[in-house]
Amino acid sequence: MAEILVLVDHVDGVVRKTTTELLTIARRLGEPSAVYFGTGVEGATETLGRFGAVKVYVVDDSDINGHLVTPKSEALVAIAEKVAPGAILVTSSSEGKEIAARAAVRLGSGLITDAVDVDADGVATQSVFAASYVVTAKVTHGTPIFTVKPNAATPEPAEVTPSVERVTVSYSAAATATTITDVSPRAKSGRPELTEAAIVVSGGRGVGGAEGFGVIEALADSLGAAVGASRAATDAGWYPHAFQVGQTGKTVSPTLYLASGISGAIQHRAGMQTSKTIVAVNKDAEAPIFELSDFGVVGDLFAVVPQLTDEVLKRKH
Amino acid sequence: MKIVVLVKHVPDAASDRSFADDLTSDRAAVDGRLSELDEYAVEQALQTVEKAGEGEITYLTMGPASAAEALRKALSMGGDAGVHVVDDALHGSDALATSLVLAEALKKLEWDVVICGMASTDGTMSVVPAMISERLGVPGLTLASSLIIEGSTVTIRRDGDDASTTITGSLPALVSVTDQTGEARYPSFKGIMAAKKKPVTTWTLGDLGLEPAAVGLSAAWSAVASVTKRPPRVAGVIVADEGDGGVKLADFLASGKFI
Repeated sequence: MAEILVLVDHVDGVVRKTTTELLTIARRLGEPSAVYFGTGVEGATETLGRFGAVKVYVVDDSDINGHLVTPKSEALVAIAEKVAPGAILVTSSSEGKEIAARAAVRLGSGLITDAVDVDADGVATQSVFAASYVVTAKVTHGTPIFTVKPNAATPEPAEVTPSVERVTVSYSAAATATTITDVSPRAKSGRPELTEAAIVVSGGRGVGGAEGFGVIEALADSLGAAVGASRAATDAGWYPHAFQVGQTGKTVSPTLYLASGISGAIQHRAGMQTSKTIVAVNKDAEAPIFELSDFGVVGDLFAVVPQLTDEVLKRKH
Repeated sequence: MKIVVLVKHVPDAASDRSFADDLTSDRAAVDGRLSELDEYAVEQALQTVEKAGEGEITYLTMGPASAAEALRKALSMGGDAGVHVVDDALHGSDALATSLVLAEALKKLEWDVVICGMASTDGTMSVVPAMISERLGVPGLTLASSLIIEGSTVTIRRDGDDASTTITGSLPALVSVTDQTGEARYPSFKGIMAAKKKPVTTWTLGDLGLEPAAVGLSAAWSAVASVTKRPPRVAGVIVADEGDGGVKLADFLASGKFI
């Protein structure tokens, strides 16, 4: 069976859910091997094995951590050239897409980005033109490379004990030509990851200011949800850009999306309109967000949202 | 300081975009425009030259005849010249072929830095800048939310999900910028008039030494099998808040077993 390479997305050895989704998809295509960059593989092997990674290739050197994306791409290419995999799966994050892009050039391989599904025949499904079309596509040349969006599959365990192989890579001069001179980690909110969350509660222009996001966060916490924001809110500096939902931010596809004070411009719709259920609160009855909403309340979000939060907390008990 | 800015003419994202019979993006069906995300790259190039007090900006695009509009729009914001790679054989090129053509065009131009947008608003893959950097073997500093070019050094800030990172590289280099770099300027009337007189050079594949068989739909390394229009969402129940909007919303969420 063909070996399928899965690039592991992790934070200091804690494997992210997206990787377990990729391992699940990889088993449709062949036998998954995980590719692990950086320190902490000892803590990750158990999880990788639980979701079917037969092998774990590890590259852990100073270059892979000290430079921008390029060394990771070259390391992935080096492993792919060694094992001649049937396909390569990478998380569709900004870093993942860049690693895949560079690898596609080096390997002479076709690339499909932002897949929301990949079937056993290697046919990928994509959501395009602000999610107004569904496209299926296949790689026709070289080793197929897919970047896959979060929530593309339900992780299914398939316990194995992986063999771990350390790989040494020599990098090109260009790969190490950029240097990371400073890293400022973001404060952790303790809420679920925006792109992975089952419920997302978002605020927009109608929230009116940074302090207004308090009611959005309170509702999110009552539901165990992630917090998102429209571009109007992040551009105004009311909420960090990392939480922007939309064309130039994150694409989310939760089971429930709750939009407050968001008009629903195309830029925002592009990031959320594949959500299963959409609920909106807006002062303006003409706001386009209501055209997408399964349930909407025309009213002041500062009255409706806190009342909803109280109801949620009340009904939990 | 010589800067090349990559620009793309795209179907307007605010219009009802669709596919042509060969399953490529239908450019004729809707109005085209300079990709909004490229305007941020134009702005950063203009600011870099303004700060340095000298410099030359060339815009490079690849696309059908109508793509010249994107060059004119960029030139109306400022800058000096345009280069348009146009050839019937380019129709349907994938990101790999696009990066090949743009890399070959860049080899014929003089530059210290190439500035790109973070993605196009039609394909939205966000991979062409990385592919060009890979092909040219120059440092790629991607997804900059701020950008400083001083002497022969470029420094960017990249705002990732887990951290904000400062990255430096030496010129020549390629940079891609996000919409966080700051609002792009509007062309002035004077700028629009001046743009009409700025030189735009047209290159074919032959001028770049590329074979038609290396690009276009038939040379693409991935193939679209089907396109299906997603049924539009149907609006559900919309109620006016009469003091119990939150309760009604909670009832709806409970009916969907969300609470």
